[in-house]
Amino acid sequence: MNIHITKFFYGDYGEIEGGAPAPVNNREWPLWEVFIRSKQGLDHKHVGSLHAADAAMAIENARDVYTRRMEGVSIWVVESKYIHASNPTEAGALYDPANDKIYRHPTFYQLPDELKYM
Amino acid sequence: MDANKLAEQFQQKIDADIKIEPQDWMPDEYRKTLIRQISQHAHSEIVGMLPEGNWITRAPSLRRKAILLAKVQDEAGHGLYLYSAAETLGITRDEMYYQLHSGKAKYSSIFNYPTLTWADMGAIGWLVDGAAIMNQVPLSRCSYGPYARAMVRICKEESFHQRQGFEILLTLSKGNAAQRKMCQDAINRWWWPSLMMFGPTDNDSPHTAQSMKWKIKRFTNDELRQKFVDVCAEQVKFLGMTLPDKDLKWNEERKHYDFGPINWEEFWNVVKGNGPCNKERLATRVQAWEDGAWVREAALAYEEKKSARKYAFQNTAKSTENAPAFQ
Amino acid sequence: MIIMQEQTMPAEKENAQKAKIDALLHLADDSLIMGHRCSEWCGHGPILEQDIALTNIALDFVGQARNFYQHAAALLQQLPNDMALALADFDITPASITEDSLAYLRNANAYKNHLLVELPNGDWAQTILKIFFFSNYRQILFQQLLKNSDTQLAAIAEKSLKEIQYHVKWSGEWVMRLGDGTDESRERMLKAIDYLWPYVGEFFNCTEYEKTAFELDDTSIDLLKQTWLNTINHTFQLATLPEQTFGKWYQSGGKLGIHTEHLGYILAEMQFLPRTYPNAEW
Repeated sequence: MNIHITKFFYGDYGEIEGGAPAPVNNREWPLWEVFIRSKQGLDHKHVGSLHAADAAMAIENARDVYTRRMEGVSIWVVESKYIHASNPTEAGALYDPANDKIYRHPTFYQLPDELKYM
Repeated sequence: MDANKLAEQFQQKIDADIKIEPQDWMPDEYRKTLIRQISQHAHSEIVGMLPEGNWITRAPSLRRKAILLAKVQDEAGHGLYLYSAAETLGITRDEMYYQLHSGKAKYSSIFNYPTLTWADMGAIGWLVDGAAIMNQVPLSRCSYGPYARAMVRICKEESFHQRQGFEILLTLSKGNAAQRKMCQDAINRWWWPSLMMFGPTDNDSPHTAQSMKWKIKRFTNDELRQKFVDVCAEQVKFLGMTLPDKDLKWNEERKHYDFGPINWEEFWNVVKGNGPCNKERLATRVQAWEDGAWVREAALAYEEKKSARKYAFQNTAKSTENAPAFQ
Repeated sequence: MIIMQEQTMPAEKENAQKAKIDALLHLADDSLIMGHRCSEWCGHGPILEQDIALTNIALDFVGQARNFYQHAAALLQQLPNDMALALADFDITPASITEDSLAYLRNANAYKNHLLVELPNGDWAQTILKIFFFSNYRQILFQQLLKNSDTQLAAIAEKSLKEIQYHVKWSGEWVMRLGDGTDESRERMLKAIDYLWPYVGEFFNCTEYEKTAFELDDTSIDLLKQTWLNTINHTFQLATLPEQTFGKWYQSGGKLGIHTEHLGYILAEMQFLPRTYPNAEW
């Protein structure tokens, strides 16, 4: 990718136009996605990504980067290239039908207020 | 779907405050603007480690040493969150580094000023981090999901940075004559560069309008700068120190502090690379990266050897498994 | 006469007390100087993720140093002032004995760290190897300290062990990566071993104060020494690095205050502010 624009505002100080594009480097450490369980009983949640040479290193890096303030009790890492994602242009087909299935939601059912523990 | 229609839908989403996610369609300019802004923000965090890192080995108490280490480490973490957010837009971290190291990408000019005394650790925390937070809080509501999420995390962690800085100054302001002098001197040197951190005046930032429409930016430079001045003019009273601006005074009509003119010539010179530490900072980053090349390569080579061995082992295991038992 | 009695102690108890203070300062100095060296990498690491990892380790060391200094300071505060000042061997007399006065107002010849920890960082290989040698030594020593009759010392050891286990794992993995990585990384590891090995003998050349305070005898020291060497060689084998043995001669003296030239520079940098403005608050 080769990008040259000049513009100025906070966090954007412009850049010098032109220059050679970045040389291709295929020796970059792979990217990993990090999932953290913040406490027992909760799901692992995606928190971000990082670079690591191998899985052991990715877990250690995740510990150092994403749990500096005791945010987690368990860490999953997966190399980003193995993540398969749904296509957002098909979002309609995938998720809209669920909109009519309100009977899947507990509030669909009208029950007397006196009924407890349900 | 044609491009106009997509662009229209895109803007509708933005207007409805629906976040844009990495795989969504987005205008090229939006993508480019974000990559530039996020990567430069990341570079600022990484280069920003250096002026404070200078003082880790010289921190005057063990408590201060631990705090400063944790703070500079946080900045590395923030750089990492931001590089990751930029990577979701289709640029690699190596490419971003290349842009930084070749001098093509910029970073916040504030880090091209030297840290000369211990009081600078206080002034950076109070003023520089204070100015950063003022800019960053609105960014945590920005339209691009990964950037907004990174900013939420960063803002949560930043809040201790500003407080520890103010505490350093407060301690100095109650100290001996030399310490009080050190305190005032640091405020004098960091005040104007901090105001410059908000960027040029709105008249000189022609692209602000587009960025605001896209909700990449949510307030103008001048709005944020004014807010910062108003806050600091009050806070400095707790230190018994002054801000180095003879024009600074409360304007009852505007309900804001008036302040003196900013030296934009200095600003543009530092941006262009003529600041006191531009060359040094960049050279330090390049050196660290080049010195680390063999380390990064060794880790990859080791992993490749290890997987090759594992693969060879699995294959041998398989071939014996499949062999007929009676042979 | 009553005053005299209060200020004197039976010789044996006094020796034990002195040994304990020396040993705590030794542990604290080791931690602080390790932390200092590791912190020099902050902002200069080979990749962002590892910069963060090494800074974490530096933070662990500074934290451990504080615990040991605080414990030493608390013990010193219970002693008659003259005796406490003499035991700590201050260069400038502090207003009070605290973790900071112990760290900042003692000269190099009062510092009791191993020579190994004050050696320069060198490249990533040398730094990794130093952490690897040191954390493996600490791990086995602190496991001993868990049983120490000083319960505060045992508690600090227990807390530190959690951190040290991670340092052992992290540095051990790097030793393997570099030893069995590329030709260059292997070359650099071999060089680092050459440079650092003459200093590892000091770990097990125990002073009297260590023996007394850590409750060690020659047999247990020998066991520590063997365990350490086996652990190192196990990782070296996985890293395809040559097996090591202890030589007859090694550099030592740090634990008794006789240091390399490097420590003076470290302290000059670290201590300059509190020494310039004695008794100022920071």
